[in-house]
Amino acid sequence: MIMTRKTLVILTVIACLGLVLTPAAMAEKVNLTFWSWRTEDVDAYNKFIAAFNEKHPDINIEFVAYRNTEYNTILATALQAGSGPDIIHLRAYGGMEPLAKAGYLMALDRKVPELANFSRDVLLGATNRADGKVYGVPFAVQTVQVLYNKAIFRELGLQEPSTWDEFLQLAAKVKEAGYIPFANGGKEGWTLETYFGAVAPTFYGGNTFFDEVTTGKTTFTDPRFKAAIERMLELRPYLPDQYMGVGYTDMQMLFAQEMAAMFLAGIYELGTLAQMNPDLEVGLFVVPAETADQPKFLTMYVDGSYGINAATKHPEAALEFIRFLATEEYGTMFTNTLQQISAVPGVEPDNELLAEVVALMEESSSPYLMLTAFRYGQPSGSTLLQNELQGVFAGEITVDEALANIQAGLETWYEPFRK
Amino acid sequence: MVIRWFQKNIYVLFLLPGLILYTVFMVYPLTSALGFSLFSWDGLVRGAYCGLDNFRTVLQQAPYNIRFWNALKHNTIFFGITFVLQSTLGLFLAVLFTRQRRGYGLLQTLFFLPYTLSMVIVGFLWLLLLNPTWGAFNKALHLLGLGKWAQPWLGQTETALFTVIMVNAWRWLGFPILVFKAGLQGISEEYHEAARVDGANGWQVFRYITLPLVMPTIGMVTILTFIWIFNTFELVFVMQGSSGNPYYSTDILGTFFYRTAFGDSTTGGEPGQIGIASAIAILMFLIVAIVSYFGVRMIRQSEVEY
Repeated sequence: MIMTRKTLVILTVIACLGLVLTPAAMAEKVNLTFWSWRTEDVDAYNKFIAAFNEKHPDINIEFVAYRNTEYNTILATALQAGSGPDIIHLRAYGGMEPLAKAGYLMALDRKVPELANFSRDVLLGATNRADGKVYGVPFAVQTVQVLYNKAIFRELGLQEPSTWDEFLQLAAKVKEAGYIPFANGGKEGWTLETYFGAVAPTFYGGNTFFDEVTTGKTTFTDPRFKAAIERMLELRPYLPDQYMGVGYTDMQMLFAQEMAAMFLAGIYELGTLAQMNPDLEVGLFVVPAETADQPKFLTMYVDGSYGINAATKHPEAALEFIRFLATEEYGTMFTNTLQQISAVPGVEPDNELLAEVVALMEESSSPYLMLTAFRYGQPSGSTLLQNELQGVFAGEITVDEALANIQAGLETWYEPFRK
Repeated sequence: MVIRWFQKNIYVLFLLPGLILYTVFMVYPLTSALGFSLFSWDGLVRGAYCGLDNFRTVLQQAPYNIRFWNALKHNTIFFGITFVLQSTLGLFLAVLFTRQRRGYGLLQTLFFLPYTLSMVIVGFLWLLLLNPTWGAFNKALHLLGLGKWAQPWLGQTETALFTVIMVNAWRWLGFPILVFKAGLQGISEEYHEAARVDGANGWQVFRYITLPLVMPTIGMVTILTFIWIFNTFELVFVMQGSSGNPYYSTDILGTFFYRTAFGDSTTGGEPGQIGIASAIAILMFLIVAIVSYFGVRMIRQSEVEY
């Protein structure tokens, strides 16, 4: 096609008009970006945003998810450069605090009245300990417990154990029947922390020890803590062969493919397990104490929260969205879409297992020790625990050596231990 | 005045593009890392000037010093084994491939092929092969009647580092073979003939003619290997995570630096230690720079002429 000079002029004028008019026409529509590490939840979040848009059609939100392991670096770099998203999916505890401390986040205490209903334990995951302010709306609560295969339990005529001895006998029976009792391995250190979360709190005495060790009244060389680690080791004969080479995805596979009867794992596994094997029937229980009448503790922690970039150009619109994320309406939608426990108080999941966990949590729970209290500095309690446990499970070091190393590592930065 | 100087020294202008790139991507990051390492950091916020405190922390304070020396030891072992492998097996294969025989070309291609794969793919591939539950490697051992030898290769402190080194060698070896072969082919055939006329046998020709003449090539490849191994990160990261599982048995300077700078990726976020991490990076740079400098000097001095 040969373009005449006239059409060219007309086209140019139209293009210029378009450039001038578009921003004016769009002025009422606000565009926000929302960054996250939940690449697997993109569809769900787009659905949540659509629900929000029913009431607020004027706020456009773009959900962008980065790879989990790279998210922290990408986010920190963007914020340091003075840019970044308007809405930020924040990690919890020590993963969030440096961002709040550096002034990159907007304090939400006064601005989001819905936060008043959240429990203090839950808000702790989004609090900057230095100024006591809350910088995010917590989104999910996770728990760590024993997941078991109901079909295998039925086949072998087994029941949820009520004492530690029953638990060990049960594992022995499963092994005799040719199944792997526990899917857990030790190739990746962090899975040993999950293992710890499932077994240890009941034996170190849950919240009492938690309070004492976080305030520096006792240390990690405490005999109660040692006893808890030794309990973990008692399950070693019931782990897969060559368990030190068994990684996280292997563990999921062993349990999902019904080769293993139990899995010491976070409640967040349910979604993945259902995807890997839709026929899998999962049950759960908390690791029992020495006797049936002693208290047992379900490990819980906040997964993260939703925060606002202090440098956002649209604080009102961002707040509007954040307040929506704190409503019971959103909590219910979140729980039933993603099959996770919402941090919003009063939300009751449709899913029976999740409802069971919520009930167990209300009965007796204890914060996930290293994650909630010792991830504020380096080397973090989690890094230390994970690696020292690997040393113990590999037979490289004794429990006493491991505990001394954990204590020594934390003493380099954890204030209550330094006095 | 200025213009005249430029007219005389026009080459300076031609150097400029390279110089700018070098400054932006090499000099600036290096000096800024040096700068970072001299301050104390609170999360992402820069604190007060603290002199060499960060270096003291890395070298003297537990647990950093334990991790640092441990990682340095692993880098050294990594380099040592790779060096021995490439200058024995690698050189042997290179000598073999210089002979014109049917099938050698294909063999050489097979050796070189893994080098064209990305490190991340190689790591992932071997993770699958070495999986203790359904990996092909242990399965093969069972089929060969060597079931006793089946191990969780990457999960044991005794075997993990060695296994990672072997996986790396599997990928890397094609490169030294290629360079050695080029070096060998650069040696004029006259020397070999002259030696044979003088009555030297096959080994003597190799020992007194080929080896000295290919020595500079071996030296250069050794230095390249050294630099590469002391800066490597991705293979251990992919196969064993950022803390060099299990129990730091595969931890190297690269992963130690990464973990300190950005937090342990598997713990889902903990504050990084930018000052201390920068100190580690500077130490890594110093080790590589000093050793390479003396290495290059040694090669220059050992060059022979016939």
